Amino acid sequence: MSVLVEKANLSLKYMAHYNEVKELLFEGSSEVINAARKKAFQDFVLQGIPTRKNEKYKYTNLHPKFLPDYNFVHQRKNNTVDTKTVFNCDVPQLGNKPTLIFNGWFDENSNQSKEFPEGIILCSLEKIAHDNPKLLQKYYAQIANTATDPLVALNTAFAKDGYFIYIPKNLIVEKPIQLINFLHANNSTFVTQRNIIVIESGASAKLILCDHTLNLNQYLNNSVTEIFVGENASLDYYNLQNQHNKTTSINSIFIQQERDSVVTTHTTTLHGGLIRNNLKIVMNGENAVANMFGMAFIDKKQHVDNSTQVIHVKPHCESNQVYKNVLGDESTGAFSGQIHVVRDAQKTNAFQRNNNLLLTDQATMQTKPQLIIDADDVKCSHGATVGQIDQEAMFYLRSRGIDEDKARMMMMNAFAHEVVQEIKVELLRDRIDGLVEKRLNGEVARCHECAYNCEC
Amino acid sequence: MLSIKNLYASVEGQEILKGINLEIKPGEVHAIMGPNGSGKSTLANVLAGKEEYEITAGEVFFQSENLLEKSPENRAKDGLFLGFQYPVEIPGVPMANFIKTAVNEHRKHRGEKELTAGEFLKLMRAKMELVEMKTKLTNRSVNEGFSGGEKKKNEIFQMAMLEPKLAILDETDSGLDIDALKTVANGVNALKSPETSSIIITHYQRLLDYIVPDFVHVLYHGKIVKSAGKELALELEEKGYDWIKKENGN
Repeated sequence: MSVLVEKANLSLKYMAHYNEVKELLFEGSSEVINAARKKAFQDFVLQGIPTRKNEKYKYTNLHPKFLPDYNFVHQRKNNTVDTKTVFNCDVPQLGNKPTLIFNGWFDENSNQSKEFPEGIILCSLEKIAHDNPKLLQKYYAQIANTATDPLVALNTAFAKDGYFIYIPKNLIVEKPIQLINFLHANNSTFVTQRNIIVIESGASAKLILCDHTLNLNQYLNNSVTEIFVGENASLDYYNLQNQHNKTTSINSIFIQQERDSVVTTHTTTLHGGLIRNNLKIVMNGENAVANMFGMAFIDKKQHVDNSTQVIHVKPHCESNQVYKNVLGDESTGAFSGQIHVVRDAQKTNAFQRNNNLLLTDQATMQTKPQLIIDADDVKCSHGATVGQIDQEAMFYLRSRGIDEDKARMMMMNAFAHEVVQEIKVELLRDRIDGLVEKRLNGEVARCHECAYNCEC
Repeated sequence: MLSIKNLYASVEGQEILKGINLEIKPGEVHAIMGPNGSGKSTLANVLAGKEEYEITAGEVFFQSENLLEKSPENRAKDGLFLGFQYPVEIPGVPMANFIKTAVNEHRKHRGEKELTAGEFLKLMRAKMELVEMKTKLTNRSVNEGFSGGEKKKNEIFQMAMLEPKLAILDETDSGLDIDALKTVANGVNALKSPETSSIIITHYQRLLDYIVPDFVHVLYHGKIVKSAGKELALELEEKGYDWIKKENGN
C-alpha cells in the first residue's frame, strides 16, 4: 500500500467513525451544535488530517498520533474518579476550588460557579445549549473556521461538550477562575473538547487552565476554544500543560478583540508527548492590546509546536509575542508566528520574539516568523534565536564557587525568567516558577497532589 | 600562597603566556602592570580556570595544591577570587540569589552550615556598607543595568562576601572616576590581612596610590620582564612602557 493511500485511509478511518456514531453525536445535542456539525464533517472530508505537505504542519507530523485505534467519549459518563481523593490542587489560595473537566466533559458536580459574583455563567457547553441556545448561537462556531482548518473541522464534527464562560457587562471578576482538564480513561482515548469564553464590554476576568493526565493510557486531545473579548474588556488566560509523554494535545484558540480590550495569553509547557498550540487573535477594534507568552521545557522525545497568527484589522493596536523554549535530549520544537497588518490598520505596533536554548546536539528547533504588512505606517519587528547557554556567564558564576550543574540551572532559570514574570497572578507565578525549576533540574515536574497514578 | 612556575598558555593556537614565574606569600600585595596585549588578563583568567585557555607547560600551586587540575568553582572555594575586568550582565539571575548561593557553596566546602535568610541579609548589609555599595540589589539581576562603576564595586562587594585568600583584581580601576576608585581601594584595604594576598592588575599607577603594593611586576609579551618595589610603578607612570619595550627588543 502506498504511503498516499495509507494517509487517505487514515482520514477515512475518522470519517467512517463519524458515520458510525452519527446518531450518538446528534442525539441530545442542541440544534446550534448539530447545525455546525454537518458542515464541519463535510469540511473535514474535503481536507483530511493534515500532512506535512500542509505548510502549517510542516514541522509537526500528526499522522503517527492519529494511527492508534482510540476509544471515543461521545456520551457523558458517570465520573468514576473520586475527585476528593484523587486531586486536591494545592494552590487553594488562588481563590476558589478548581472546576474539573474529565475527558472533555465538564463536571457539574465540581462546578464552582456559585463562588463567583452573580451574573457570570460557568457551565458545560451542553447545559448552555439547553438553557440558553440563543446566547450560544451568537458565539458558537463563529470564529473557529472549519473550512480552512481540518482539526477545527474534526473538533466541530465530534463536539459534544466543554466549558462555557460568560462574564456580563462591566463585571470585574477579581478571583481567577481555575479549570482543570483531566484525561482519565481505561484505555487509549480520543478526546474532543469545545469551549467558549465571552467577556462582555467593560468586564474583566482571569482564567487558569491546567492540563493533566491521571493515568498512563494514550490520549489524543483535540480541543477548540473561541474567545470573545468586548470593548474595554480584559482577559488573562493562563495555561499549564502538564500531561504525560504519551499524550498528544492539539489546542486551537481563537480570540476576537474589540476596541480598547486587553488580552494576555500565557502558556507553560512542561510535559506532554506532542503538543501543538494554535493561537489566532483578530484585533477587531482600535486601541486593543494582545500579549502572547509561551514557554516550553522539554526533553526526551517530546515535541512542542506553537503556531500563532495575529491579524491587525483596525488601526492603533498593539501585539506582543514572546515565546521561549528550552530543549534537551532529542526533543524537537517549532514556532511559527504570523503577523498580518491589513490595509488601513495604520499605527500598528506588532512585535514578536522567539528564543530557544538547545541543551544537546540532538535537540532541534524550527522557527519561522512571517510578516504580512499591507499598511504603510506601522512598527513591526520579529526576532528569533537558537543557541546554547552563554559560556561567559557560566564562567562568571563558576568563578564564584557555584558548581557547573547549579550554574547551568541558574542560567536556564534566567532564560525562562522573562516569561515566568509575565504571570500576574502571584501564587500561580510562584507555583510555576517552582515547577519550572524542578523541570530544569531533570525532575518530573508535577503538581504535588497530581503525582497520583501518573509516572509522567 | 601562590607559586607559578614557567607557565605557558595559549588560546586558539596562539601562545600568550610564555614562561611566567611568580611567588606570592601570605599578606603580600603584588601589582602587575604592562602595555595592552601583554597577557595580563590571560594570566588572571588562566588562574581562575577559564576553559578556553590551553596550558602548554608549567605548573601553578595554590596553598601547596595543584591549581591547574581544579575546576573554576573548586578554585574559588579554595579561596581564589577573580575580580573581572568586564563583569558580565546575567539577566534573570537575581543578584541576591546568586551571591547567597555562592556564599553557601563556600560554607559547605568548609563544612559550615548554610546561612539562614536572616543571617545572609545581615552579612550582605554589613559588606555593602564596607564597600560603600549603594546600589539596591534586591529585585535586580547580576550586573544588569549597573553602571561601569557599580559593576566594579559589585566585584569588590562579592569579594567581601566570599573573603578569599587570594584576590586577583583585573583592571578593577579602569573606567572608574576618582571617588569610585577610592571606594574600591578602601574596600580592598579593609579586607587585607596578614593571611590574605592580592594581585592587582592595572595600567595606571593611580590605583597604587591607594593600594600600596609590596611588589610591582611588568608583564610584556607574556613574560615578567621586570620586578621591583612600589617605586617601579612611579617610574612607569613617568616614562611609559617604551623603555621596557626597547629593553626587551620591542
